[in-house]
Amino acid sequence: MEGGSCLTMHSITIQQPWTFTRKKIVGTFTQQLEVFGCDSEVLHLDLWLQGNHMENPDNKREVVLLACGSFNPITNMHLRLFELAKDYLHETGKYKVIKGIISPVGDAYKKKSLISANHRVTMAQLATESSDWVEVDDWESSQNEWLETLKVLRYHHQKLASSNPDNSLQSAVPLIKPGRKRKQEANRYIPVKKNQLSPETKGVPQLKLLCGADILESFGIPNLWKLEDITEIVANHGLVCITRAGNNAQKFIYESDTLWQHKNNIHLVEEWITNDISSTKIRRALRRGQSVRYLVPDAVRAYIEKHNLYSPESEDRNAGVILAPLQKYARGCKQEQTL
Amino acid sequence: MEWITQTPLREPASIQKKVKCRSRSWCAVSVMMKSRLPLVLLACGSFNPITNMHMRLFELARDHLHQTGRYQVIEGIISPVSDNYGKRGLVSARHRIAMAQLALETSDWIRVDPWESEQEKWTETVKVLRHHYNESLRSLQFRKELMRKNWPIERATEDFLSSLDPVSPELKLLCGADILKTFSTPNLWKEEHIKEIVEKFGLVCISRAGSDPVQYISESELLTRFQHNIHLVTEWIQNEISATHIRHALCKGLSVKYLIPDSVISYIKHYNIYTEESERGK
Repeated sequence: MEGGSCLTMHSITIQQPWTFTRKKIVGTFTQQLEVFGCDSEVLHLDLWLQGNHMENPDNKREVVLLACGSFNPITNMHLRLFELAKDYLHETGKYKVIKGIISPVGDAYKKKSLISANHRVTMAQLATESSDWVEVDDWESSQNEWLETLKVLRYHHQKLASSNPDNSLQSAVPLIKPGRKRKQEANRYIPVKKNQLSPETKGVPQLKLLCGADILESFGIPNLWKLEDITEIVANHGLVCITRAGNNAQKFIYESDTLWQHKNNIHLVEEWITNDISSTKIRRALRRGQSVRYLVPDAVRAYIEKHNLYSPESEDRNAGVILAPLQKYARGCKQEQTL
Repeated sequence: MEWITQTPLREPASIQKKVKCRSRSWCAVSVMMKSRLPLVLLACGSFNPITNMHMRLFELARDHLHQTGRYQVIEGIISPVSDNYGKRGLVSARHRIAMAQLALETSDWIRVDPWESEQEKWTETVKVLRHHYNESLRSLQFRKELMRKNWPIERATEDFLSSLDPVSPELKLLCGADILKTFSTPNLWKEEHIKEIVEKFGLVCISRAGSDPVQYISESELLTRFQHNIHLVTEWIQNEISATHIRHALCKGLSVKYLIPDSVISYIKHYNIYTEESERGK
C-alpha cells in the first residue's frame, strides 16, 4: 500500500507536551517511523506524525503581510503586491495568508515631497475599502519620531501575539530592546538572539515584510538600514519580495552573506505584468494635469482632486532635508557595515 | 449618443468662452470648438476581457491630444470584435460587451458600441471606422436642425447661426504602436484600407517608453506620407496588463484584482466565463 494517509490509527500515550522521549514504532505501515512520543495524553498518531499543532488542521502556517512605505499616494501597484504575495504563498501549499497591513510612514521620515500622513492614511483606507483582507494601520504614522521598520514589525508581531489566545505572557516583549553594546565590525556575522518573538511561538501567525525589489536592494545603501535590523527581519520574520525579472534580486541575495544565510526566509515573487505605477510618476502626472485613472483606485483619484494634494509646491516639501534614517545612523555609525 | 453633453476640458477657463444662451452649455463648447477640433477615439479589439490598460489608453490619448492645443476629445468608443473573428479563447460577444459596459460605468466619455459585434461576418477595421463616422454625421445633422429650430428668431442672423454650427468631429483609430508594425505583415491588411485609415481618419498610437514607433513609420512610404495624421503617444507609466495573462490567471484561480475593475471580476465569477474549456475553444 502507498504511504501517506493510509495509516492505521494508533493511539499512544504522551506526557506533558514539552518532554519527549524517542520511540520507534513499527506498526501496520509500510515504513519504519521515528516519532517523538510521551506518556499521559492520548493523541491520534497521524496527527503526531504530521507533527503539527492541532489548532491548524490545514497544516498551513498562518501569515500576515506587512507593507511599510510612503504610499504617497497609494497606487494599484501597491495593492497588487498584496495579491501577488498571497497567491504565491498559497501556491506553496505551506501558508495561509490571513491579513495584509499597510503601514504608511510618519511625516518625520522627511522624504522629499511627502505630504501629510493624514492624507496618505485616508487614501490608503479608501483604496482598501473593497478588500476583505488588506487593511491600513496608522500606528507608525502617528508616532512623533521616525521608526525603524524592525520596530514596526515588532509592534505588529506583539499585537498579533497578544490577540492570540494561546499566547499572552510569552510574547510580551518591551517595544524597545534593552540597550546593549553595539560593536559593529565589517563582515562579522552577528548571531540573532532568539527571543520570545520568535516565529516558532505556537499559534502566532508569521509576520512577513512585503516589499518590492527596490526595498531589498536598498539594504545595500550605506546608513539607510542597520545590519542587525536587516538580520533580525530576515531571521525572525521573513521577506516577501515582488520582483520583475527575478535575476537582480537573486544576485543581490547571493552577494550578501546575511541575506544568503536566511534565503529560505526570503520569498521572491515574480510579477507577470510589467507594472511600473510608481507614486513618483503619479505625482508627476498630476502636476501636469494628466489623468491617473485606472492607475490608482477611483476613490483615491477623487480624493486627490478634491483636496488638490499634489502640486509643484507639495513636491518641494522637505527639499534639502536629510532623510531621517540617514540622519540617525550617520551620526552614530563609525564604520560602514557590510551587508 | 448625442454630443450635447460635453466633457469639460481640464484647462484654464480662459480658453472657454462663455456664451449666454438658452440652449445650455453646448453653446459655449461650440464656440470653443472654433479653435479646437472635436475628435472621437475608436478602439477595436477582442476585449477578452477589458482591462485597466485598455481604458488607460483612452486617458493617455485624450491627454496627449488636448495638450497639442488643437483638439478636444469628445468621445471614446470601444468596439469589441464579433464572435466569428475566430480567435481561440474568445468568449461570447454578449459577455465581452457586458464586461466592457461594467468597466465603463464610471467613465463619462467612453462607451461601448455593439455594432461590430452584431455583424454576421468579421468586419475590417476600416469598415468599422466608416460606420462610426457615418453615424456621427447623422447625429450632427440632427443637432444642426435642432439648434436652428430652438434658437430664438429675433436674435438669429445667418452668420451667427452658422458660426455656431457644430463642426463635424474627426474620428481616429486608437491603438498600440505595434499596429504600425503589423501594417507591413503580408496579407494582414489591404493596402487601400491602410491608406484610407491614415489618410481619411488617422491613428493615435500608444507605445511604451523605450520602443521606437517612428521606425515603423519611416519604413513605410505610405505611413511616411501621412505621418502628420499619426499621433504617437509614449506611455511612461508601464502597466502592461495582457488580457491573455488575465485569462490564464483566472483559470488558475489567481487574483486579478486592481488589474481589471472589481465589477468585471464579479461578473466573470458569476458567469464562470474563463475556464480551461473556454481557453481551448469549444
